[in-house]
Amino acid sequence: MENQTIDTGLLQLTKEDFSSDQMVKWCPGCGDHAILHAVEGVFPKLGVAKEDFVVVSGIGCSSRFPYYMNTYGMHGIHGRAAALATGVKLSNPKLSVWMITGDGDCMAIGGNHFIHTIRRNIDINILLFNNKIYGLTKGQYSPTTPRGTKTKTSPQGTFERPFNPGELVIGAQGNFFARGLDTNPKQLAVIFEEAARHKGTSVVEVMQNCVIFYNKAHELITARETRDDYQLHLVHGKPLIFGKNNDKGIVLKGTRLELVTIGENGITEKDLLVHDQFEQDPGVHVMIARMAPPQFPVAFGIIRSVAAETFEKVMENTIMEAKANSTVKNTDEMLRSANTWTID
Amino acid sequence: MTSKNSKVVELEQVVIRFAGDSGDGMQLTGALFSDSTAFAGNDFATFPDYPAEIRAPQGTVAGVSGFQIHFGHKSIYTSGDLADVLIAMNPASLKANMKWIKDGAIIILDADAFIEKGFERAGYASDPTLDGSLENYRLIKAPISTLTREAVKQLSLDNKTVMKTKNMFALGIVMYMFNRELELVNKYYEKKFKSNPLVVEANIYVLAAGYNYAETLELISDTYKVEPAALEKGLYRNVTGNIATAWGFIAAAEKAGLQLFLGSYPITPATEILQELTIHKELGVKAFQAEDEIAGIVSAIGASFAGSLAITTTSGPGLSLKSEAIGLAVMMELPLVIVNVQRGGPSTGLPTKSEQSDLMQALYGRNGEAPVIVLAAKSPADCFYAAYDAAKLSLEHMTPVILLTDGSLAQGSEVFRLPHVADLATITPPLAKANDAAYKPYRRDPEKLNRFWAVPGTEGLRHRIGGLEKEDGSGNVSHDPMNHQKMTLLREAKVEKVADYIPELQVFGTDDADLLVVSWGGTHGVMLTVVEKMIEQGKSIALAHFRNIMPLPKNTEAVLGRYKQRIVCEINNGQFIKYLKINFPQFKYTQYNKIQGLPFMVAELEQKFNELLNA
Repeated sequence: MENQTIDTGLLQLTKEDFSSDQMVKWCPGCGDHAILHAVEGVFPKLGVAKEDFVVVSGIGCSSRFPYYMNTYGMHGIHGRAAALATGVKLSNPKLSVWMITGDGDCMAIGGNHFIHTIRRNIDINILLFNNKIYGLTKGQYSPTTPRGTKTKTSPQGTFERPFNPGELVIGAQGNFFARGLDTNPKQLAVIFEEAARHKGTSVVEVMQNCVIFYNKAHELITARETRDDYQLHLVHGKPLIFGKNNDKGIVLKGTRLELVTIGENGITEKDLLVHDQFEQDPGVHVMIARMAPPQFPVAFGIIRSVAAETFEKVMENTIMEAKANSTVKNTDEMLRSANTWTID
Repeated sequence: MTSKNSKVVELEQVVIRFAGDSGDGMQLTGALFSDSTAFAGNDFATFPDYPAEIRAPQGTVAGVSGFQIHFGHKSIYTSGDLADVLIAMNPASLKANMKWIKDGAIIILDADAFIEKGFERAGYASDPTLDGSLENYRLIKAPISTLTREAVKQLSLDNKTVMKTKNMFALGIVMYMFNRELELVNKYYEKKFKSNPLVVEANIYVLAAGYNYAETLELISDTYKVEPAALEKGLYRNVTGNIATAWGFIAAAEKAGLQLFLGSYPITPATEILQELTIHKELGVKAFQAEDEIAGIVSAIGASFAGSLAITTTSGPGLSLKSEAIGLAVMMELPLVIVNVQRGGPSTGLPTKSEQSDLMQALYGRNGEAPVIVLAAKSPADCFYAAYDAAKLSLEHMTPVILLTDGSLAQGSEVFRLPHVADLATITPPLAKANDAAYKPYRRDPEKLNRFWAVPGTEGLRHRIGGLEKEDGSGNVSHDPMNHQKMTLLREAKVEKVADYIPELQVFGTDDADLLVVSWGGTHGVMLTVVEKMIEQGKSIALAHFRNIMPLPKNTEAVLGRYKQRIVCEINNGQFIKYLKINFPQFKYTQYNKIQGLPFMVAELEQKFNELLNA
């Protein structure tokens, strides 16, 4: 993996450097508050000057985020944050560009920009707040709402098949995908830092709870009684193990994953699938990203982190080479470089 | 080749039309004749006439590709109405172009292609050269294919390669007719096919064969000469509107000291601007081919926020898709130029034909009250200056600009006297200074009313902007009713203020003329040709041509008020006239409109204006 070398010694920034003076207007109890605090905590650690952060968003509850960060920021139009971020990053690759988006903003109206940005591998950090509902418009189903869920626009239950964001990201040739939970801000901070250091498009899905329109959307995963059996925390180089008693695991059997219990049928820890976040082949990463209740736990942490050339780097290099190899140095010379004639 | 038996006739101006099958190389033939025309010192303008399909069935009317050049001893403003000479490589080319040639025109055709099969494909019932329908023309039936084969038979090339050179035989004939030197064309081939000497040789032989055939042919009794035009001294290049547009932005970025960023999606007839800008990486141009029209403009807005001279290029349907994002740029008060190369609409409409029908969309096609500056280029070479001016106004006034060109300007070419960037107007974007304690995102310059540009990376100026209504000064999100009214009026006033920074409307002709012709954008060439001609004939007529649409030049009302009669001419169903009626309802206007995907013809305008003058 290729990490950005960051000198944190030069900059003494704190969380307060990034808190804006604006009143935070998300609902009390909204998962967004915890994500905001986690981001504020991470920015000072990145060794990036505070003027070099740009936070952009589209439309939706999550997209109010830039107003609450004391950085350069843009609150754009619905679905287009990835295109805004692309323009910022290509214009000035030195900037640390963060895009805040939701399941509707990013996978419905903005689906096209989302997949193409990932495909190009532009160095943008995308935080995808997935609450599986349209909150700002007050409760219509989104591209991630589970099939059968009753919402204001699906009174009989949705009959659409939802997207799994990880599958979509990796399918679009994404090189970095991680998943976190709004109720676990410590893990979020670790993931955000990794995402920032990854060169290329990094997508972090934050499973986030909308207390008003889809409260307890993630309850099985978050409730005290069930969470240990439905959360699997990935660690690179370690087996996929989880459960209240730490005795459940995932094995790769043939072409699919299977849930096993250690000690049963002769299964030991050594039989479990060992997580390799740096594996180029996306096959197992997609399988891990797809794991979902009731058969499987949900995987949290960094699912995929693969180094690859970034779009803006290639663009900069191409320009540098063209400048070095051309005798044309300015507009006047360019205009006069071919097919001219003189009238005298 | 120097001794000529024929008489040399001097002409003021000539229109030649080269036509053949899509694969016959007519565009190259036209381009080479254009180069030779430049070398001869004539003023000229050209226009290609491609089929919408890439390769329609061979020999059919749908597959005909044409190239027209208008050159002269006098100033040339258009690619010409009707042709004096038509080169038709097959029956379909003849059929497709009969309506574009003058009575008595010279028609040179490849007699070898005028056979049963060709007539059938072109939809002729019989041989048009024998049925009397061409009696009023001077027909030169040259066995071009046969003579081409003959000319290169010692090179033992395959038939396909040989047939690819027959366009040079036709060019050779025309070169002889207009007393042109072949050296320039020979040089082109020597350079272009350096690695393939056989191809060079073949083309040079065939060109000479065509020339010699014409010289010995009794049908061509006269040759023609057009004396050099009185062009201003300087270095010249032939340029199309699209290429000139791209160059104008490159020049503006250099003058402003900014990086040029283009976010764009391919669309006919605007694509060449994107293509041209991707070429100029040596000048640091960043051209980004986005996944769609929306990402094209939105990436440009992102780049503008980050401090680039940001532009997006498109045509009609693409402008529709960009509407919401233009509103965002209006709200964010960021510089951004949107180029709309207009084509026939609505919907997919006539993609390869030109129209002026997006004027209302440019002025009003957004949700909310979202004023932008609107400019319209007047000729292919003027696209350079229009792009430059659009960039300057956008940067200095911190507001989006829509630059309207059209398919005719985009594809048409004319001579362009190369400027020096040092001689162009200065461009000074209102950049906010680092750590300026007084900086507020929506604090305004008291004169121009623009806000200041605080670019990420600049110390002490961190701020947020967005599409929600902004509080005056602070730029905080505001839903306050009075603030919204104030901001709406400020955005309008900011664009209206631009009138203080643009040139006044110039009238061609006298102040007391009986008829004022009013036009805008890409029709300037034909309007000027007609009005100049009619003034020479002693008619009491004048022309007011608009390049600045929003805001209008400050003296517009005074100019319009000076004349008894006004006629507004447009390639649409009457959009500028409506705009004038809204702004100056006190005047009476008549209108002349053409909505056929075709340019105005000199003759039709002349007739219309004479009707009004004689009424």
